[in-house]
Amino acid sequence: MWGYLFRRLMQSLLILLGISLVTFVLLYLVPADPARQIAGRSATAETVANIRAQLGLDQPFYVQYGRYLGNLLQGDLGRSYLQRTEVSTLIWARMPATLLLMLGAIVAELVMGLTIGAVAALKRNTPIDQSLMVFSFVTISAPQFVVGILLLYVFAVRLGWFPIGGYGTFAHLVLPALTIGLLGTGWYSRMMRSSMIDVLAHDYVRTARAKGLGKLRIVTRHVVPNAILPIIAMIGIDIGMFMSGIVVVESVFGWPGIGQLAWQAIQRVDIPIIMGVTLISACFIVLGNLLADIIAPLVDPRIKLK
Amino acid sequence: MRYKMLTSLVALSTALGAAAQAQDFIDAKQGGSMIVTYKDDVSTLDPAIGYDWQNWSMIKSLFDGLMDYEPGTTILKKDLAEDYTISDDGKTFTFTLRQGVTFHNGREMTAEDVKYSLDRVTNPATQSPGAGFFGSIEGYDDMASGAADSLSGVTVIDPYTVEIKLSRPDATFLHVMAINFSSIVPKEEAEKYGPDFGKNPVGTGAFKLAEWTLGQKLVFARNSDYWNAGVPKLDQITFEVGQEPIVALLRLQQGEVDIPGDGIPPAKFLEVTQDPTYKDFVIEGGQLHTGYITMNVKMPPFDNVKVRQAVNMAINKDRAVRIINGRAVPANQPLPPSMPGYADDYEGYAFDPEAAKALLAEAGFPDGFETELFVYNTDPNPRIAQSFQQDLAGIGIKAEIRSLAQANVIAAGGEPDQAPMIWSGGMAWIADFPDPSNFYGPILGCDGAVQGGWNWSWYCNPDLDAKAVEADAMTDPAMATEREAKWREIYLAIMEDAPWVPVFNEQRFTMRSARLGGPDEIFVDPVHVPVNYDYVYSTDVQ
Repeated sequence: MWGYLFRRLMQSLLILLGISLVTFVLLYLVPADPARQIAGRSATAETVANIRAQLGLDQPFYVQYGRYLGNLLQGDLGRSYLQRTEVSTLIWARMPATLLLMLGAIVAELVMGLTIGAVAALKRNTPIDQSLMVFSFVTISAPQFVVGILLLYVFAVRLGWFPIGGYGTFAHLVLPALTIGLLGTGWYSRMMRSSMIDVLAHDYVRTARAKGLGKLRIVTRHVVPNAILPIIAMIGIDIGMFMSGIVVVESVFGWPGIGQLAWQAIQRVDIPIIMGVTLISACFIVLGNLLADIIAPLVDPRIKLK
Repeated sequence: MRYKMLTSLVALSTALGAAAQAQDFIDAKQGGSMIVTYKDDVSTLDPAIGYDWQNWSMIKSLFDGLMDYEPGTTILKKDLAEDYTISDDGKTFTFTLRQGVTFHNGREMTAEDVKYSLDRVTNPATQSPGAGFFGSIEGYDDMASGAADSLSGVTVIDPYTVEIKLSRPDATFLHVMAINFSSIVPKEEAEKYGPDFGKNPVGTGAFKLAEWTLGQKLVFARNSDYWNAGVPKLDQITFEVGQEPIVALLRLQQGEVDIPGDGIPPAKFLEVTQDPTYKDFVIEGGQLHTGYITMNVKMPPFDNVKVRQAVNMAINKDRAVRIINGRAVPANQPLPPSMPGYADDYEGYAFDPEAAKALLAEAGFPDGFETELFVYNTDPNPRIAQSFQQDLAGIGIKAEIRSLAQANVIAAGGEPDQAPMIWSGGMAWIADFPDPSNFYGPILGCDGAVQGGWNWSWYCNPDLDAKAVEADAMTDPAMATEREAKWREIYLAIMEDAPWVPVFNEQRFTMRSARLGGPDEIFVDPVHVPVNYDYVYSTDVQ
């Protein structure tokens, strides 16, 4: 187990290194000059060249990347070009909001996904099952941007049940968490449905029924706990999906997390912030996957780590 | 003559308006608060660095400079300077400072702070986007090259007197002293925080920063020791960031927000402006802005003046204005109408596709040609570009639209052979200060026609450059009219060469809640963009 963990962590570091290199290359190739963005429109060529030199942007690629990696190893993500603040300060200030949103989304997708999946499995091949599966299909396919705006319009603007964007209370969390959670709801409900159908066909379920247990008891004690096993491991992988969703959802709802930070930095080619957010998100994804692999054998003894 | 009469009328009405608004403001009771929203985060409140829509006016409320403008107007007034004198050769400005002005940390502001602030903003290590504005101060070149660490032209005479020597006469210098980059900062605070001064600003302004939750909100509290008695009226301003303009407007309609800092979004424009409920709360104002199409004179066939003139006649500006719901007026010259030097009687190139076609044939392109039109990829710019595309097709020019991120369009414009045509929408020139010279140098002069410059048409006319220098040497206030006339000639000469198609001058539309009072002009202030917070008052406490 520990050997496995160590190996996986080493692999993760390699992956992160690769990600940092790819992101750095991409940003290096973007046809926009950060020095000019900083220097502003009234700057002379001399001023721009000066700023370029101060930031080391006049150095060859490998020097720039080497310097970035060197600082990174010391925990220094650099300073934002435009805000002049430490990137780590900016990211940590926004991290709680993103984590809260992620937690809210996980709760939302699990509650909705598992319930819908279970109901659909129990009502298999009935109109209820079919409409629930259509629903899950829609939530998987609908762009989060559209879902977010729709929820905002119906529940905040028209009905006034929730605040129109912003951050601070539980009510603020509901709509953005739902928007991200709905995507997972689709996946989970489909997985839960097929998993439940599998379990329902097992002998021990028939035995339970034969010995006269009530339907509710069979489902809650024997079916759901077994059907849920393969799904739990999915949560880790989900974190990666969240990371891709938060950029859009945080912008729609004015949620002050790192997705919004990234979006604003991308528009202004603020490279240190883009790099920082990319690396932090990559850490989440890598750790999420690792977590999924570790949890899997714990909940399902049939799976062994090698 | 007509022009003179017009300007005196404008001056008169401005003066009358100013008197009325002054009385209104003096009578208003102090107290209350307001909530302002912005979409983008506030990057910095360091006056040497901040150059964004959302931080421009915030910085003006936290800091003061030697000069400022009458609220809601483009009329210069003295601010931290109690008085000033200009030498006969127009090269030495001596400012006497107000006494007893304190920074938010309690220390008195003196002439040393003025010198420190100017040294700081021109020091290359500060990386100020505004350093270039100070180019006329003696010793600037040594500062920019790193040879000096202090401007030789700025001298502290005594604690309340500072003398600034220029290397050339500069009629815009008082405007430069009113720009954010000239704000006076206390040395001890700026050095204590270093690059983090922008998150811990300390100035002499009407408000001080009370709280900043990164990515969420900023709270400004009234500076009770403010030197300008009676200003500001509000006790507190809360700025909430990260709010989409459309969300901000919905919240305003529900009474949760007082000012949507990004204005009325296009999608809600007709609904809001046509709803009688909001009639009194929608405010329209001009701004010192021109949207234009550049034609790269270094790239054939735009090296042919007839081709450029033909394009000027082919563009249907009224339709472009309609695309943005009439939130602009068609333009026929680089300067916007509210800018001194604007030529009222100039008719420009009338929309006439037939004449354009004939001119194009005369230039040797009877069947037109193929080209590319670069455009910033956010709405409504691609839609406007499509309208231009149709206009150009009307005279046989096939223009392919290249819709890109802002930074990429700017980068392409800064190369001599990349972008034949650029629609400036979303990146267009908004004046830094209300002076005609501000529309020339970087965007139409030879200085800007360099790699990485902002003169995307690469138009460079040395004769006009020389004329511009002559105009800016007219520092005597008595020559103001003559100077304006000179600038007018320059811009009309540019229109002969037609490197641009001036398309429209955008109007600004914003809203305020019923809880706020103050003259309409300060909500669309042409200089304290977007809103002059210092002069807003709360109707709750009246």
